[in-house]
Amino acid sequence: MMEILGYRRPDGKVGIRNHIAIIPTAVCSSTVAANIAAQVPGAVALPNQHGCCQIGADHEQTVRTLIGLGKNPNVAAVLVVGLGCEGVPIREVADEIAATGKPVEVIVIQEVGGTLKATAEGLRKAGELARKVAHLQPEKIDVSELVMAIECGGSDFTSGLASNPACGIASDMLVAAGGTSMLSETTEFIGAEHVLARRCKTPEIGEKLIRYVRECEERAKLLNVDIRGGQPTPGNIAGGISSIEEKSLGCIHKAGHAPIQDVLAYGEVPKGKGLYVMDSPGQDIESITGMVAGGATVVIFTTGRGTPTGCPIAPVIKITGNERTFKMMEDNMDIDASTIISGEETIEQVGKRIYEMVVEAANGHMPKAESLGHKEFGIYKIAPTY
Amino acid sequence: MKKQAVVINVKDNVATLVDDFTSGTEIHYFIGEQEQSVILLQDIPLGHKVAIREIKKGEEVIKYGESLGGATADIKIGQHVHVHNMESLRGRGDK
Repeated sequence: MMEILGYRRPDGKVGIRNHIAIIPTAVCSSTVAANIAAQVPGAVALPNQHGCCQIGADHEQTVRTLIGLGKNPNVAAVLVVGLGCEGVPIREVADEIAATGKPVEVIVIQEVGGTLKATAEGLRKAGELARKVAHLQPEKIDVSELVMAIECGGSDFTSGLASNPACGIASDMLVAAGGTSMLSETTEFIGAEHVLARRCKTPEIGEKLIRYVRECEERAKLLNVDIRGGQPTPGNIAGGISSIEEKSLGCIHKAGHAPIQDVLAYGEVPKGKGLYVMDSPGQDIESITGMVAGGATVVIFTTGRGTPTGCPIAPVIKITGNERTFKMMEDNMDIDASTIISGEETIEQVGKRIYEMVVEAANGHMPKAESLGHKEFGIYKIAPTY
Repeated sequence: MKKQAVVINVKDNVATLVDDFTSGTEIHYFIGEQEQSVILLQDIPLGHKVAIREIKKGEEVIKYGESLGGATADIKIGQHVHVHNMESLRGRGDK
């Protein structure tokens, strides 16, 4: 039985970091939130462009995502920063997060009386939160409490051959140990959705997956373009990828071989353990934000071209199968999976190394993106802002 | 010896080259535990695919054990497999 060092939260969920999240409920309160976070040790702001003038499912998705991020067990305490007139229900968001039992405070800029007073009041509350949670010590907890997100970005031919299948092994190992793993990026299921659907626990879940892929295509068609007109990209084709099927088949390999327990909406929290699929865009940052809102506490991220991005509340481990990228961007790359291509290591051996680094990250080891302060953040929108 | 090509699934009828190779080169790869080879009939660049089995026009090109699309011409063992002799079968609004 493998153990990690985790923070057991009042709701029983386990985090591997101890952040204080400063969550603005509208773009208009993002600066105040960022200013408060800058001054309080352990605090991290989630500035975003959303929260107002959104309607229907798009509005609901933003609310669900903000709540999910606050509930994430890597977050020990939350300060919700509202403006006062936005569409997102400020106190409902705070109450939903507080249902986890973690300390939650709220400030509303229009009620407090402007930026200076809100910042002062926010600092007072965030400082109190820091004093409440900074002393919390991680304890030895079974690895099965980990929730891992799997992402790929800046892909090249090595992604499908080396880094993605190796991540699949790491995902299988975590699932076999009783943990939870999440695959997202609906755009990159197109042409491979039948493979994923076959692996769903029931035919109904398989149909749900196919429906999400169809909806993704329908949204693109609303713009009067065929999403596949540009897929694969000229760069993909030059690199040897001949069809969208080939690109997608390479992408889905990062989820290994475990049965799919359910297909989740963006930011939805899985109800059990095992492998889950989440509806998200292929855009890396929004995809990771969705999975972290769904409770992921650690992220593994494969890249062929090399990307530096991280996440404000979960460590992100970067893996490349491209030898040149590993050398060129060693500042950002944690694991060199090009040994699979060169024949020095098997997919299984690299998969095991990835899994070991996930456990190390859970024990407090900082992957490169985290150590360099990468906190890229973005929430997926499914409709225009009105 | 440095690996020259990768076959992901035993069902695959293509191998992916992990370096640039010229026509006439014998390329070694593994299908499962078994080492096999193919002689390239043309220059094929890094990351591109070579047929390791005969693929008739209309048959599926298989990689990852799954269909990448259909062959648009007969493809011989050793030939380059790419957009010039195979096509996506998905998202074909033109068909």
